[in-house]
Amino acid sequence: MDLRFTDDEIAFRDEVRQFFAENLPNDIHAKMLDGEYPDKDGLVAWTRILNSKGWAVPHWPEEHGGIGWGPMKQYIFLEELQKYPCPQPLAFGVNMVGPVIYTFGNEAQKKQFLPRIANLDDWWCQGFSEPGAGSDLASLKTRAVRDGDHYVVNGQKTWTTLAQYADWIFCLVRTDTQAKKQEGISFLLIDMNTPGIEVRPIVTIDGGREINEVFFTDVRVPVANLVGEENKGWDYAKFLLGNERTNIARIGVSKQKIARIRELAAKEMSRGRPLLEDPRFREKIASVEIELKALEMTQLRVVAADAKRGNTGKPDPASSILKIKGSQIQQATTHLLMEVMGPYAMPFQHDTGEGWNEPPVGPDYAAHAAPGYFNYRKVSIYGGSNEIQKNIIAKAVLGL
Amino acid sequence: MDFDFTEEQSMLKDALDRLLANEYGFEKRNTYLKAPEGWSPAVWNHIAEMGLCALPFAEEDGGLGGGTEDIMIVMESLGRVLALEPYFATVVLGGGFVREGGNAAQRAELVPKIADGSLKLAFAHTERNARYDLSHVETTAKKDGDGYVLNGAKSLALGGDAADKIFVSARLSGGIRDVDGVAVFLVDADAPGVTGRGYRLQDGTHAAEVTLENVRVAAQALFGEAGKGHALIAKVTDQAIAALCAEAVGAMSALHDLTVEYLKTRKQFGVEIGKFQVLQHAAVDMFVATEQARSITMYATMMADSDDAGERSRAVSAAKAEVGRGARLVGENAIQLHGGVGMTMEFAAGHYFKRLTMIDILFGDSDHHLSKLAEMGGLFETAAA
Repeated sequence: MDLRFTDDEIAFRDEVRQFFAENLPNDIHAKMLDGEYPDKDGLVAWTRILNSKGWAVPHWPEEHGGIGWGPMKQYIFLEELQKYPCPQPLAFGVNMVGPVIYTFGNEAQKKQFLPRIANLDDWWCQGFSEPGAGSDLASLKTRAVRDGDHYVVNGQKTWTTLAQYADWIFCLVRTDTQAKKQEGISFLLIDMNTPGIEVRPIVTIDGGREINEVFFTDVRVPVANLVGEENKGWDYAKFLLGNERTNIARIGVSKQKIARIRELAAKEMSRGRPLLEDPRFREKIASVEIELKALEMTQLRVVAADAKRGNTGKPDPASSILKIKGSQIQQATTHLLMEVMGPYAMPFQHDTGEGWNEPPVGPDYAAHAAPGYFNYRKVSIYGGSNEIQKNIIAKAVLGL
Repeated sequence: MDFDFTEEQSMLKDALDRLLANEYGFEKRNTYLKAPEGWSPAVWNHIAEMGLCALPFAEEDGGLGGGTEDIMIVMESLGRVLALEPYFATVVLGGGFVREGGNAAQRAELVPKIADGSLKLAFAHTERNARYDLSHVETTAKKDGDGYVLNGAKSLALGGDAADKIFVSARLSGGIRDVDGVAVFLVDADAPGVTGRGYRLQDGTHAAEVTLENVRVAAQALFGEAGKGHALIAKVTDQAIAALCAEAVGAMSALHDLTVEYLKTRKQFGVEIGKFQVLQHAAVDMFVATEQARSITMYATMMADSDDAGERSRAVSAAKAEVGRGARLVGENAIQLHGGVGMTMEFAAGHYFKRLTMIDILFGDSDHHLSKLAEMGGLFETAAA
């Protein structure tokens, strides 16, 4: 047992830190520190900076543009990315559809899509959830009916994150209504410019415009855009959902939030002294830190085990722990950050896309605290709710 | 980064687990509990014969040169079976003072006797009003010729009833809670002026109140530097806490297994109760708490022999706080999921629960270590990583 990073890993970490410090545009860094996310142009610009260094898709196989870093270096890279904080490359492309395409797609699809994902030439969104298919994803109803060289798609997807920017959507569609519900699903890649697609925004409780409904009315999709085999889409979806375990806990994000909480709690005054000197508040921070340290070690146990046995692509049940605790900790940090602002968490001064040009009410760092708290309630819901994660552990680990 | 045990460590663990599988079990443990000493001299001899009592001492002193990790492995296995033998009091705590505070002559005298299991030790430190404050020492030590005279009342000395020799903290100078002015002495349990009153704790393990009345000790009874005893006590207790966390992880893990097994066999409403989602989720909460406790115990174990006292204490306090919360969650849920039988003395679950409750209290409960960590500035403030 040796829980220290090797010299090689420390040198790598320093190299990564230095690259971020020298290359992340200042305006994007300022936004990230404020708890905002860059706009489309910002993320495209940053992704291309990473890609020109070869770091946009380091976790992919080398023949598709990856680096072969191994799980530990990938983990270090992502943690540093999150801690700095830099925006993460668009997950729908690099973590979700990309690996599905290079694992199950044909040569033409690999050639057409993979380089454009790495460079964010194509913005991808995810068409899985439907109004009637949330945790019970396999009950989805969007239909795809074969018509010559095309599928004709009709139905509705929802919670589609950043679909307003998207060039492509990867969809689970029902291609066989007679089969058992998991066995009649196919995985389709659909150009968002195809006639019959309509995107309608859903405003989230924080006032944000990140999710959408996507309606499909007689949308004609070339059969060439089917990934793998017809009616095998559920297998690819399971692969996709279980694939990400190197940083599902988002340790770096929470570390950055805690650093931010300390920084701002030193500025905010309470009873004539900085809030950070309040013993009760310090205990609250320490309490989250303890959980986070334990989770970091749990995450590293998973990463080290992966490094040892090779990434099998099979979901590790331990990643369910990472999802549960990681989401709880992220949520705790967003609440603590809101507490730091005290009453100045209340004014609604969130940029909802119409622009906010008023002078700030209270400190200029307070605006995103409460919306951030509201918004992060999502992290225990998406990607398989925490209750679903518990079902997975109960079955796969405890044998119940 | 490597979380695996070495081949030697795996062999050690396998051998110990085999021994404990033979010598422990609910019925056998009950027999040991009922014996006057509250543990099994035969099992203690086996443990010593395996070399486990020699584990944490330097090879030149007659030990095996093991580290905090090896102790973690042993304590976790002992925790799994709720072993009663005085390993913690003698080897971890007492042995800690010998290793960290003993000079060459003291180590040469004591290590072989600890190693062969013939010498049992205890640490008598806490006093009536000390609560969890390590620097609180009212017991006095007065210089008397070449030696010292000790006076005071010590409380809750683990294994103090069975110990042949007892490490005692006493104050040479300063106020009751001053960090400076404390010294650590090794006193014979049967020395004139030493009285012990043994009793059982809630989990059946033994402790003692130790009174010192004009107890004369020689100069060579002093361990470490006179007046600098606090730093020695802090280091030894930090390492002991890391070991206790490992014991807790073993007990939590075994209790969780026991509970899951019960969920799979107990039937109500015509099905195994483990089919009920609300019980499944409670069992998962226990699993998550156990794994989190295991993770942070590994971290504390790694940091426990750090030369940086601040870093060491932060890590240990973090672990004790996390393990304490997790132990309570696992213990309480185990009783709840077992229902009525969980409430009975005739079932193992309650015994695990009680041991875990004692471990949370020992050397400071969750709240104590949380506020200690907060006072020290938290876990991530100074650490670069």
